Amino acid sequence: MPLLAAEHLYKIFGRRPQRGVEALRNGATRAELRAEGLTPAVIDASFEVSPGEIFVVMGLSGSGKSTLIRMINGLHPATAGEVVIEDENLSALKGEALRRVRREKISMVFQHFALLPHRTVGENAAYGLKVQGMSRSDREARADRALEMVGLKGWGESLPGELSGGMQQRVGLARALAAETDILLMDEAFSALDPLIRREMQDQLVDLQQRLDKTIVFITHDLNEAMRLGDRIAMMRDGRIEQIGTAEQILNDPSSNYVAQFVQDVDRAKVLTAGAVMERPEYVIGAEQGPQQAHKLIREHQLDALPVVRRDRTPVGVVLPGEIAAAVRDGRTDLPLTERSASTVTLDTPLADLLADAARRTSPLLVVDDQGRLAGLIPQVTLLTALSNHPAEEVSR
Amino acid sequence: MSTAEESMLPRVRVGDWIDTAFDWIDDNLNILLTLFRDVMTFVVEGLVDLLMSPPPLVMVALFALVAWLVSSWRLALGTALGFALLISMDIWLPSMQTLALVIVATIVAVALAVPLGVLAARNDAVSAVVRPVLDFMQTMPGFVYLIPAVTFFSIGLVPGIFATIIFALPPGVRLTELGIRQVDAETVEAGQAFGASPWQILRGIQMPLAVPTIMAGVNQVIMLALSMAVIAGFTGADGLGKLVVESIARLNTPLGVEAGIGVVILAIFLDRVTSALGNPGRHAGSLLARLRARRTAAGGPQPTTTSEPASGSSSPSTTETSVRAGT
Ligand SMILES: Nc1ncnc2c1ncn2[C@@H]1O[C@H](COP(=O)(O)OP(=O)(O)O)[C@@H](O)[C@H]1O
Ligand SMILES: [Mg+2]
Repeated sequence: MPLLAAEHLYKIFGRRPQRGVEALRNGATRAELRAEGLTPAVIDASFEVSPGEIFVVMGLSGSGKSTLIRMINGLHPATAGEVVIEDENLSALKGEALRRVRREKISMVFQHFALLPHRTVGENAAYGLKVQGMSRSDREARADRALEMVGLKGWGESLPGELSGGMQQRVGLARALAAETDILLMDEAFSALDPLIRREMQDQLVDLQQRLDKTIVFITHDLNEAMRLGDRIAMMRDGRIEQIGTAEQILNDPSSNYVAQFVQDVDRAKVLTAGAVMERPEYVIGAEQGPQQAHKLIREHQLDALPVVRRDRTPVGVVLPGEIAAAVRDGRTDLPLTERSASTVTLDTPLADLLADAARRTSPLLVVDDQGRLAGLIPQVTLLTALSNHPAEEVSR
Repeated sequence: MSTAEESMLPRVRVGDWIDTAFDWIDDNLNILLTLFRDVMTFVVEGLVDLLMSPPPLVMVALFALVAWLVSSWRLALGTALGFALLISMDIWLPSMQTLALVIVATIVAVALAVPLGVLAARNDAVSAVVRPVLDFMQTMPGFVYLIPAVTFFSIGLVPGIFATIIFALPPGVRLTELGIRQVDAETVEAGQAFGASPWQILRGIQMPLAVPTIMAGVNQVIMLALSMAVIAGFTGADGLGKLVVESIARLNTPLGVEAGIGVVILAIFLDRVTSALGNPGRHAGSLLARLRARRTAAGGPQPTTTSEPASGSSSPSTTETSVRAGT
């Protein structure tokens, strides 16, 4: 069950925005609404976010990302559509009921940190708890713990202005963590930071997410950041969500020209993983079998390589047509394993980490799942196709 | 034949209507007017007594100390010299009377202006009504306020303070509204996002961040109050203004010049002290700043860990804050 769901959300700025929703549903364009003084910022957005997921919303500036994320916690009331958190319809809530949801379920990290300059780092981190009415000693203890989690232990007495940008954003993150909500909204949280620090913060976020099992909605205009962080990515354009999918799905199967153009400059080697490009092994052979059976399989099915597995499907290695033919000629009884060491890669290894390995080998790489069982294989040609900018089918055609 | 008749336009008797309105107020809100008169008389006279009770030289030292506390030893020195001159020019009592009038009028004006400014900042409709009224109040010549003041309170201190409050009010409202409206939108959103109520946001975020702007407004209120307090001499309110009026009536140049210098000395003192209060950060040499620095240096653990290069740690973020404040 999703923790968070958006159903046909619309946000239109301007006077009497409701008429804009009708017009859009009847096929009016954005420009037509603009002419009437309405700004459709979010148009018919629907998505679901599962517990523990990092859901990234990606799009150019002005595409409606900030508006969308602010509808999730009701900072912008939806013009139409619903936001559902757990079983609660947020769109129906107002005033104190809405504030309770914000205190208990959702916290937020802002692009420009939005810290209180006249309060210490510790007081800033404790802000959400103070709003909740928690006692001073309790909230200080919890804020200290949150600051420690983000690597700011001992900075509690400083003022935000004394910290660098990256550190200030850690305070923003600590403030959100201290509130101990399940959902974390992050609006371009790392966009104002230097690339190096940004990278560090991304790693830290993934780490924290795994430790604390937060559900995160992360907004960015940086595709590489989206690909690095997102379990799934929603591609936004002009207020609409064009495509939702994993990084691989968006790279390999863009739903529109717009998305395809967007992703063409991505460093695919860093984004694509072994699991995304591997081929399923249609035939395998048991390690106890002999060259005759292998030869037969290879010949009958025109295989380029045949993985050899144990009874539990953990790989032993690969046999290749030429070597099998030689073994049959020589009358050997054991399989001539090309990859005796059977060095394998896991599903989530980025292609960048496979390149060196692949270059040294003559046989395909073996991919294993998290129990060590054979999940697929990657012949060199597959690897190269995946790294080229064109979706695989196009190249093979 | 009047000009109105010549131009075939009806003579619109705005002045008469207002006069009727004043009469109505005078007749029907008498209790309020009496209350205002009694409270103001009591407070201002009490304050004058208080300011006059220590020997003048002790008061001079106290004023200098205040200047040192919030600003610098230089202002303290200037204050000591200036206030000593007030004694030497033999205008100590009228100076303290004017000061008391300015202080009380400022407090009342600010107490009215800040809530009004907050309302205007939170509500566009209120703002749309308040703004032209303030424009009107600010462009109306100060003397005009003396007329209803005298209608309501006859002559003396009270009409003076009434006119002073009305005259000094507008910048307080304006700058409170401005200060709150220009608080960084994202910071206000942060308050909302963590579930703070509008009141919590006002108290914990908007007001503190608006303080420098509001203090700039208070500073202007004080300056206007001082200028009006002099004009209030025409209603017979005791103080430097009364000396000025007398000197005009009797063409007494020395008296007029001395009273004028007295006003200037008070003005400089009040201006420097209140603008220092609004920007404590800019007065590192003040006693308060030194005390604060000593306290933070003595206590508090030093930070132990950071995963970032320490270089450029504070300067970039400072510029960033100031850039954001401007948007
Ligand atoms: N408060 C507002 N009033 C009017 N228009 C707005 C408001 N907020 C955003 N917009 C408009 O909505 C569109 C989407 O803005 P935004 O959500 O901030 O995009 P992004 O975060 O993707 O840059 C833009 O055209 C912007 O001008
Ligand atoms: Mg944005």
